[in-house]
Amino acid sequence: MTMLKYDPEICEKCETVDCLVRCQYMQFDLTQAKEEKLKLLAGESSRVLEGCATCYACEEYCPNNNHPFYLIVDRQEELSTWPVPIPLVKQQVKMMSPKGKITPGKVNTPLINLCFFPMLTGCIRGRLFDGTSLIEGSDIFCNIMWLHFAKNSVIRERLPKIIDTIQNNYLAENGINEFVCFHDECYGAYTHLAPAFGIDVPFKTVHLFEYLTKRLTVLKKEITPIRATVAYQRPCSNRLIPETQHWVDEIFNLVGVDRVEREYDRENALCCGTVLRAMQKDDIADDLQKRNLDDMQKVGAAYCVFNCPACFFTMKDMVTERGITPILMSELCQLALGQ
Amino acid sequence: MEKIYQELKKIVGDQYVSNQPEERFFYSRDGGTTEPCFPDFIVMPGSTEEVQKIVLLANERKIPITPMGAALVLSGLSRPLRGGIVVDMKRMDRILEVNEFSRFAVVEAGTSEGKLQAYLKKHHPSLKHSVPDAPPMATIGGNILIHGSGHLSALGGFHTEMLNGLEAVLPTGEIVRIGSCSVSPYWFSRAPLPDLAGLFLGWAGTTGIATKIAIKLYPDRPLNDIDIFVMEDADSVPDVIRRLSGTAVAEDITAIMTPVPEWASGFQMINVIYGAESKREQVLKRDLLRESVKKYIKDKVGGFMPLYSDMKGRFMEAPASQLVRFADVKKGGGFEYVGAIMPIEVFPDAYRKGLEIAERNGVTYSTGARIIGLGHTMMFFYAYAFNRADPIDVKKAQKALEETNEAALTIGGIPWKAEVPAQQGIIRRMDPNTFKLMGRIRQTLDPNGIMNPGNWEVPS
Repeated sequence: MTMLKYDPEICEKCETVDCLVRCQYMQFDLTQAKEEKLKLLAGESSRVLEGCATCYACEEYCPNNNHPFYLIVDRQEELSTWPVPIPLVKQQVKMMSPKGKITPGKVNTPLINLCFFPMLTGCIRGRLFDGTSLIEGSDIFCNIMWLHFAKNSVIRERLPKIIDTIQNNYLAENGINEFVCFHDECYGAYTHLAPAFGIDVPFKTVHLFEYLTKRLTVLKKEITPIRATVAYQRPCSNRLIPETQHWVDEIFNLVGVDRVEREYDRENALCCGTVLRAMQKDDIADDLQKRNLDDMQKVGAAYCVFNCPACFFTMKDMVTERGITPILMSELCQLALGQ
Repeated sequence: MEKIYQELKKIVGDQYVSNQPEERFFYSRDGGTTEPCFPDFIVMPGSTEEVQKIVLLANERKIPITPMGAALVLSGLSRPLRGGIVVDMKRMDRILEVNEFSRFAVVEAGTSEGKLQAYLKKHHPSLKHSVPDAPPMATIGGNILIHGSGHLSALGGFHTEMLNGLEAVLPTGEIVRIGSCSVSPYWFSRAPLPDLAGLFLGWAGTTGIATKIAIKLYPDRPLNDIDIFVMEDADSVPDVIRRLSGTAVAEDITAIMTPVPEWASGFQMINVIYGAESKREQVLKRDLLRESVKKYIKDKVGGFMPLYSDMKGRFMEAPASQLVRFADVKKGGGFEYVGAIMPIEVFPDAYRKGLEIAERNGVTYSTGARIIGLGHTMMFFYAYAFNRADPIDVKKAQKALEETNEAALTIGGIPWKAEVPAQQGIIRRMDPNTFKLMGRIRQTLDPNGIMNPGNWEVPS
């Protein structure tokens, strides 16, 4: 088993315990946070394990990059503190397993990795994705979702195999060394989680936002500014890779939309609610979805922009009911290009 | 024979009678595994009076009559076991009345489920009827008369419990009305009269031919939702069903246990469908359901699947098209199931026995249950798909079905819409006086024994 690259001494000396004090779903003062942190370090049970919404935010809040969230998930699994009912976890583990339906073939750069979202293949089209090739399916599913299910063991087991599958069946054969991650989760898995778990990644990944920014820059003359106010639904997995956030602003500038400042954006972004429903915490999910939607409506958002398909499918109907148009980031770009 | 053919032509017209081999072939079988039985004639009456004339003719000539809806029962009940006339009711498909205020519809018995469903959607969108999980061509009359169940059965019970009254032609040719319609112009109820509807329900067409049916309608709510409770301990399922159904929130509760797709294997998925007039009501109902099973959620041994709105539609489809896909999974067009009416508490036995039989016989299977009423009973089904073109596959399915019928009886259930061998199994276990009473009723109603003979009989 690969060990988490984590230094307990850093946590012991931490004066701010931002990982817990800044948590949006549990309340701790600094003293309580330190106490609970010490329990986690000692491998003991803590109310953190029961109350964690698995929003990934503490990975972003930690000033020391010491992986507090990954530690929480490791502890949940070690102590069998399952955030989600066990049959749901088992069922999901089976459902999302690699199906061995790999069909190695000729691919070229730019290569788009759509992860396990076959329903989104229609998004890869037009001038925006001119000349790209595409891979998707259960066999290249990044498996980072198990962070929500206290199943780091599944990540440790499956992620190295997925990396091998991509490398040996798609990249090496075609002399390619990089691909574009359509989904934040994949980029987070390969650039943040894998190194933290000591898993080697032999290829380079490009975030969709970077790809879109570059393409829009090339196609700048074809852009008709959308001239609308947008709310951005930042996904949990982007908490692992906050360095990509500047691309969001650049894309919005390029397509001519105003990312209006609102309470629940950037480091204060709220979970879409799906995971909380899996945890059977519907009351919390109802509350945060309402607050999030009220916030979007209050600032007069015409569009709610998503990059995570799970957030999109969870929230699209409720966003629409508020008179706001739900749209994926790539589709927003297509709109600006008239496609 | 030619004379009878000519007389039938006089009753229904040239177009609606046949003695041709191709029609006789099609009317000799259904989609299940039972052996074909060929009719001599097929007639399609267009009115109650035509049905009456056909019955009078058959009585006079002592010709067997087998009434038929859409022949979708799958257990061979519409096969003419002793030949004679198959009376195909599909032409009698007029929707005669919809009473919005008292929420009932009066239809001719051959009206299809799909026709009434479409008609209500178009003309009375605030109302719906309980749709069985059968192809839309299934007839209202056929489904009611076999004690069917459907998408409102958690709310309203068996479809026979939703029956307000009926019109029937007796085996001796009299036309009778049962329920309030025998006294009043309104088809609103079977109470408070002596309930004669039982003379026609569950008898496999051996007591007469229903020509008109009045059924209850229910509010078609603007908001509809589904919650799927997933667990993996069959022993706890009865308690979970009791709790969920006890909330009186659900319109439909079904349990699905299937080995395909692989991720579903080993789990019991309990689907709870409910409607609401407002978001507030919807959330309240959801919370009541969650509250009812909080013990299991707290222990982490069960929970509701998070579902995207796009995924919910296919689980709430009425009828469920997923079942149709399973029916042809072997690509040979063969599908039959044992539906057994059972108390909820025998669920674990029923489940395990079903798996054991399917695995022993090497058949492709799916099992499940539809809950009737507030957990008052269930229709537990063992479905077997087979390739009709492969005789070995058909035999395997037949054997599994026979064993399943026997197993259902052994654990205290009763095979539903039982084919002849299953009827025999039921009769063997039945209180002899009950069976004698059935015989006396039949003898009284049908002195010449013309109505679907071969059913509900001790083999001679």
